Amino acid sequence: MVNRTPVIAVIGAGIAGLEAARQLKDLGYKPVLIEKAPVVGGHVAEWNRLFPDLSPAADLVQSLSKGAGSVKTYTDTEIASMGRLKDGYSLILGNGETLLCDAVLFATGFHLFDASKKEEYGYGIYDRVITNRDLEQWFNNRHDPRVANPKAVGFVHCVGSRDVKAGNTQCSKVCCITAIKQAIEIKEEFPEAEVYCFYMDLRLFGKKYEDFYIKAQRDYGIHFIRGRVSEVGEAIDGRVVVKAEDTLNGKPIKVTLDLLVLMAGIVCNPDAQHYAREIGVAVDEDGFLRSRDNVSSIVESSRPGVFYAGACTGAKTIPETLAEARSAALTIHQYFNKRK
Amino acid sequence: MDFGFTLSPSSAVNLDTVDHARYDRLVQLAPDALTCIGCGSCSATCTAAPWSGMSVRKVILCLQRGRDEEVDAMLSRCMLCGKCTMVCPRGINTRHLILTLCRLDRKGEVVR
Repeated sequence: MVNRTPVIAVIGAGIAGLEAARQLKDLGYKPVLIEKAPVVGGHVAEWNRLFPDLSPAADLVQSLSKGAGSVKTYTDTEIASMGRLKDGYSLILGNGETLLCDAVLFATGFHLFDASKKEEYGYGIYDRVITNRDLEQWFNNRHDPRVANPKAVGFVHCVGSRDVKAGNTQCSKVCCITAIKQAIEIKEEFPEAEVYCFYMDLRLFGKKYEDFYIKAQRDYGIHFIRGRVSEVGEAIDGRVVVKAEDTLNGKPIKVTLDLLVLMAGIVCNPDAQHYAREIGVAVDEDGFLRSRDNVSSIVESSRPGVFYAGACTGAKTIPETLAEARSAALTIHQYFNKRK
Repeated sequence: MDFGFTLSPSSAVNLDTVDHARYDRLVQLAPDALTCIGCGSCSATCTAAPWSGMSVRKVILCLQRGRDEEVDAMLSRCMLCGKCTMVCPRGINTRHLILTLCRLDRKGEVVR
């Protein structure tokens, strides 16, 4: 290896990219962050509060971007193309610059499923149907008049997740707990409202999640109905009528709501697939990037010098993503130590 | 001996004695039956369900529990409109599943 500080291109300045860049910088490397959006922080920057402690998302993004403060960062910058070199990779950026690097870290994250693709749920058709992201924006700025003083609110789990027809067979992992968080927040805002969660399976696997679930049942009286919503219609007064099967009772169930929140799931980022193909990195059948081993080396690709952090390999929570970002930085460190 | 009362038959499902033959044959002919997650979308969207009790979800479950009478009663009420096929998140061809099942007797033999 040449006697200079290795350069690592970190693609994406969401929470995975920011944390990995900070760690790489602290380990003595030269990370370069490339972000297509005008601001850093990714999806988390759009969120209001985080489960399970209702901590402000802005605080996390602020501390992560402060940590990566001295890292060279390109925002509002697309990658025009990527290529392989003998001992590294070259990236041609949208601004015309060429970046030569010794390793590439994919921190390309995910896309939120486009809920209008599930036409039977009426997003973009009925006024009172919104998504989890729309609700977070309302928590942030209180602008959306559709959220005004609802008497009955529903949450639909698994929108675009575990759904063959939506093209995403994976569980998005975070929607169950996000629905519970948002249901609790709605009850805090509107204590008189009846709140219903329609679920297929409740997957509350993380630290403190089960406590949060019990709190939703016991302290907030949120109703959990085991049945996937099959279709949504609009009543004459503009409210929405939701149909499901109450599968525990074995009977059809319907309810009229003032607001319906669709828990849009985590799907793969097509940009990541595109870059991966350009440099010969394998993509899994579900569209997420393929790890060298799904148990022992999730942050490594099969190609030398290409690494992953966060949701580019599949749906992840924030603590999982941050742990992977640190793990990826250490794995890159080992990679350069072996090359010395 | 007459004690002046009778015992109700147990409603418990005894998996030791349940005959799976019909279900086993069904999954040979329509293997996507195995992928049902019991979400209830099919029953919720069924045009006939509120009046007839038809439910593809329950049909698949009842078969595995040896509840053939309930299965046959539900099947007789299906209009084969195919709406359940459209909403199934696992992409099960429920219409094909129902038609296949209608051709099987309780021992799993193809009789129609």
